[in-house]
Amino acid sequence: MSGPSTYKPSTGIEKWLDSRLPIIRLGYDSFVDFPTPRNLNYWWTFGGILAVFLMIQIISGIVLAMHYVAHEDYAFESVQRITRDVPFGWLIQSMHANGASFFFVAVYLHMFRGLYYGSYKAPREILWILGVVIYLLMMATAFMGYVLPWGQMSYWGAMVITNLIGALPFIGDAIREWLWGGFSVGQATLNRFFSLHYLLPFVIAGVVGLHIWALHVPGNGNPAGLEIKDPKKDALPFHPYYTVKDGFAIIVYLMVFATFVFYMPGVLGHADNYIEANPLSTPAHIVPEWYFLPFYAILRAVTFDIGPIDAKLGGVLAMFGAIAILFVLPWLDTSKVRSMRYRPLTRWFFIFFVIAALGLGWCGAKNPDDPVPLLGFKFVYLAQFLTLYYFAYFVVILPLLGIIEKPKDRPASIEASVLGNDKS
Amino acid sequence: MMTRIFAAAALALGLSAGASALEGDAHAPEKHEWHHAGPFGVYDDHAVQRGFQVYQEVCASCHSMNLMRFRNLGQRGGPFESEDFPNPNDNLVVMQIAAGYQVEDGPNEDGDMFMRPGLPSDAFVAPFANEQQARASNGGAYPPDLSLIVKARGGGADYIRSLLLGYEEAPHDAHLSPGQYYNAYFEGGAIAMAPPLSEGIVTYADGTEATVEQMAEDVVTFLTWAGDPHMEARKQMGLMVLIYLFIFAILVYLAYRQVWANVKH
Repeated sequence: MSGPSTYKPSTGIEKWLDSRLPIIRLGYDSFVDFPTPRNLNYWWTFGGILAVFLMIQIISGIVLAMHYVAHEDYAFESVQRITRDVPFGWLIQSMHANGASFFFVAVYLHMFRGLYYGSYKAPREILWILGVVIYLLMMATAFMGYVLPWGQMSYWGAMVITNLIGALPFIGDAIREWLWGGFSVGQATLNRFFSLHYLLPFVIAGVVGLHIWALHVPGNGNPAGLEIKDPKKDALPFHPYYTVKDGFAIIVYLMVFATFVFYMPGVLGHADNYIEANPLSTPAHIVPEWYFLPFYAILRAVTFDIGPIDAKLGGVLAMFGAIAILFVLPWLDTSKVRSMRYRPLTRWFFIFFVIAALGLGWCGAKNPDDPVPLLGFKFVYLAQFLTLYYFAYFVVILPLLGIIEKPKDRPASIEASVLGNDKS
Repeated sequence: MMTRIFAAAALALGLSAGASALEGDAHAPEKHEWHHAGPFGVYDDHAVQRGFQVYQEVCASCHSMNLMRFRNLGQRGGPFESEDFPNPNDNLVVMQIAAGYQVEDGPNEDGDMFMRPGLPSDAFVAPFANEQQARASNGGAYPPDLSLIVKARGGGADYIRSLLLGYEEAPHDAHLSPGQYYNAYFEGGAIAMAPPLSEGIVTYADGTEATVEQMAEDVVTFLTWAGDPHMEARKQMGLMVLIYLFIFAILVYLAYRQVWANVKH
């Protein structure tokens, strides 16, 4: 929706700047006057929330890096010294560790919103793909960040994940050694993970810039799934309408965040990570952070060989495939209707997709051989069924439903959808 | 706001249910009412002081606390915090405790290491020089460092307390090697730590009767404090932050209603 700019430099210095570097114009057109659909609901506030959390993570992380020691003999103690002896270190460390979790909560809600309202469809494919790139970078950053405190779960989590690479045929071992910088997770690994953990957030910030750029060309999607036809009727300027609405959502989200930071700072972590990494003692159950659990479940769901592909490689391919498939989603969904409000059948499959994703997270946290409560069979079978659904949703259900489903009548315009003269 | 806290707690439980569940056949830890529990709970300073005495006189003969410094005892939120000594290094009680230990220092001008009385800035003195020595003195078992023990065990304070009180006669089918004891709360049942607490093993400085239950509660309170020494400051600031955000949220919500008043959406 980047139309003609309406920015009028009023003071002399603004005019001087505007003819040299129109940066105020850019900000004005992007975040003040930007025409935004008037019907956005609270699911659209997570973009702003994510921007805030990227900043929280970067700022708290820079402070932590001033006190952290990336050495296998001192890393664990240095994190403890931060929480004990650095003024407000306990606060900064708690914000950073819990901030990662809240970053992921927000990104998952943001992604589910995109899936439900068809935010990935033309002309927003690039916007969606950039979002998946950010998500991948976030996962890499979070994974390496979790290694840095050098607790038992840090060390063994890093061991499990890097060993996955070794499953790749022919080149796996060489790549794994190259990642480790040695023959096991050790000092070299810790040092490079620290370096990359510091680098990647700034790469994320760069891709976020592209993400917002790609957003501001077609403009926001919206719950009705319609484009802005007449900005005067369908849209509102971003400021003050959405600055205040996003602002409210951000503050409410921060309240939940603060409850964790101040009252249950360790509840999302794992007790074993308060034990210093010990290469000679493997924890009974190695589990990743909660935000990786669904993928961990998919990894472990492949327990059988598929032709020449053994179970381990199959699991690794399934896990990476689960993310890779998001890149091609815009071309898998054959429906021209964006919002699932008007897709009576698909929305049910979507709801079950959300349940499947949460269920996979549950499976990831459990021992695969334990029985599922009430159902009685092993968790690994539940994980296999849900993994099957996860992939089927993208490669079977969405392509098929776009053809066979009869969508409901859609309102003529965003304005019409808001004024209620559509009953759909 | 309470519902929000409740919702957050439910979220937390849901998210961590898998991670915190104790596995295996060990008994679930017995729930205990802790003085420091809940959003407003603070440490019972007397219990932390008594617990420190139990640590000093009982636990410390095998267990190190390498993350602790004597000054921690007198810092804000610590058991011997005193208004007279804003700098815990000047705290007379802490200085006296530290001076009760001999600490290796050096090298001096002649290049020799020497022993001197401890200072508040010194670390708690570990019972063994290294892991090998610790194992050699404990039948091959390694007594873990206790600085973070409450955080490092699923079940936390309840678990440590249950473990200290959980020694019992071994069932017939239990396989105990020499030097092992049976404890139903310990994973596998066989623990190398002898029952550490017995009636009157400590004579409390404040005259409290040193029952096993009392000592277990005190020492776990001390260990909880040692693992989370800034808990009180954390909860206090949390309350202020939540009140601030709550008022801020109301104001922004009213602004939102005002801005959107004439817009149908």
